[in-house]
Amino acid sequence: MSLTETPILKGQALPERPAIQRFFGSVSVSVAIYLAVIGLIAWGSYTGAQNMGYNWQWYRIPQYLYSFTDDGFQPGELLIGLGATLQLSITAFVLASVLGLLVALLRLSGLVIGSAVAVGFLEFIRNIPLLVLLYLFYYVLGPIFGLDRYTASILTLAVFHSALISEILRAGINAVAQGQWEAAKSIGMTTSQTYRYIILPQSVRFMLPPMTGEVVHLIKSSAIVSVIAVAELTTFGRNIISDTYMSFEIWFTVAIVYMVVTLILSIGVTYLERRYDVDQ
Amino acid sequence: MTQTAPIIDATNLDKFYGDFHALKDVNLTVHQGQKMVICGPSGSGKSTLIRCFNGLEWHNSGKLVIDGIEVHEHAKEIRELRQEVGMVFQQFNLFPHLTVLENLTIGPMKVRRIGQQEAEETARKYLDRVHIPEQANKYPSQLSGGQQQRVAIARSLCMETRIMLFDEPTSALDPEMINEVLDVMVELANTGMTMVVVTHEMGFARKVADTMVFMEDGRIVETSPPDQFFTNPSSERCRIFLDQILEH
Repeated sequence: MSLTETPILKGQALPERPAIQRFFGSVSVSVAIYLAVIGLIAWGSYTGAQNMGYNWQWYRIPQYLYSFTDDGFQPGELLIGLGATLQLSITAFVLASVLGLLVALLRLSGLVIGSAVAVGFLEFIRNIPLLVLLYLFYYVLGPIFGLDRYTASILTLAVFHSALISEILRAGINAVAQGQWEAAKSIGMTTSQTYRYIILPQSVRFMLPPMTGEVVHLIKSSAIVSVIAVAELTTFGRNIISDTYMSFEIWFTVAIVYMVVTLILSIGVTYLERRYDVDQ
Repeated sequence: MTQTAPIIDATNLDKFYGDFHALKDVNLTVHQGQKMVICGPSGSGKSTLIRCFNGLEWHNSGKLVIDGIEVHEHAKEIRELRQEVGMVFQQFNLFPHLTVLENLTIGPMKVRRIGQQEAEETARKYLDRVHIPEQANKYPSQLSGGQQQRVAIARSLCMETRIMLFDEPTSALDPEMINEVLDVMVELANTGMTMVVVTHEMGFARKVADTMVFMEDGRIVETSPPDQFFTNPSSERCRIFLDQILEH
């Protein structure tokens, strides 16, 4: 279908789109289709569970999130688990960023050995599954270096994500114009001064969106440490299920808790990005 | 012209980019206080030459001595040298995340370790010199091209440089902004600063230069005083080039 067969003159109205496009393009129809699909999935799951004879007990869920006693607000097991997940993720993220920056700088150093070490590390980490890396840290390095399960989990997550973060940092650093390096050199700055005062502050803008994605990814992948029974959100969810057999309700709840946290994060960073844009 | 030791002394410089021979056996001396204008067609090696003067590029053979320091890739003194030799770029290269004032003070404060107050006083003095004292707290992107280039000049001056290199400082500017930058450069020349300028602004060259250099194909083809250079150039290539750029 071509709109360009007859030239559109200035001031002349565009030809109307075909009726079928107008129908599916309108907001109300889109929303209706969306709701219908969601409803269908929800209804399908519900009737499926009914047919299994599943006994829904949503009313028992809130106590695992929070409760009010005489002492006031009490976090439930799932919220305590969320706290542990966040603590684990934040520690791992800080470590991963430091390690990632080192790897990125090594790769950008221009030294043959430096970039060989960095590339070797990247390829090693990127090409083994996270679960296997966790087993390596816990069952192999753990006994050798005396790592407890919590430390092994943090190191696994940090090392795994440092590889991804180093690539984000490298791309961000490379995105700063070459002229900035030359200007900094020409006023006599050292390489480390140039990074610190000129290059890194400008790369933040380029790094923010992919870094958020990486934090979200890290929080989600931290669930994997439940396989070595580190106390965190997913582990707590599993424990509750083995006590209560409410697997449908608990897994839905756990999923929603992860989703709420990562969504808040994404929205927060979108706001930050706008502020950075205005400053530039 | 004074006959003291030259402040820039290049002997038999050669520079390669892979197979491309960018500088061919270049010999050049610049004395304290001299104003040299280098011109020539694009790709003739003008920019490469002056970028060698503050270690943004390295020559492959020959000898380059600037202010008593022999320049080569592993010279420890290269950072001291860069503090003596200021560079103004075609694309300004201001630091976009810093205000104008911060652009001017970051070098003195971090490289020369001067206190903030003193650095800001110096910065304001040089902003006055380039006629934009009122723009101190703006960001570079809020300024016009001409203003940005004047900030870039002031940024170099804040390092108390003894030599200023200009790499086509007006080529990226809109025509109506060229003069405000050239005026600042003329004033700077009048203070006795040693200047090496790559430019095609022949009006500026006539007004300021005491030596004209014409480069082509990586070689220095002609070096002469401006009156001779513009009226009676000794090489045919130089005459053709001048005809082309002075026609309009």
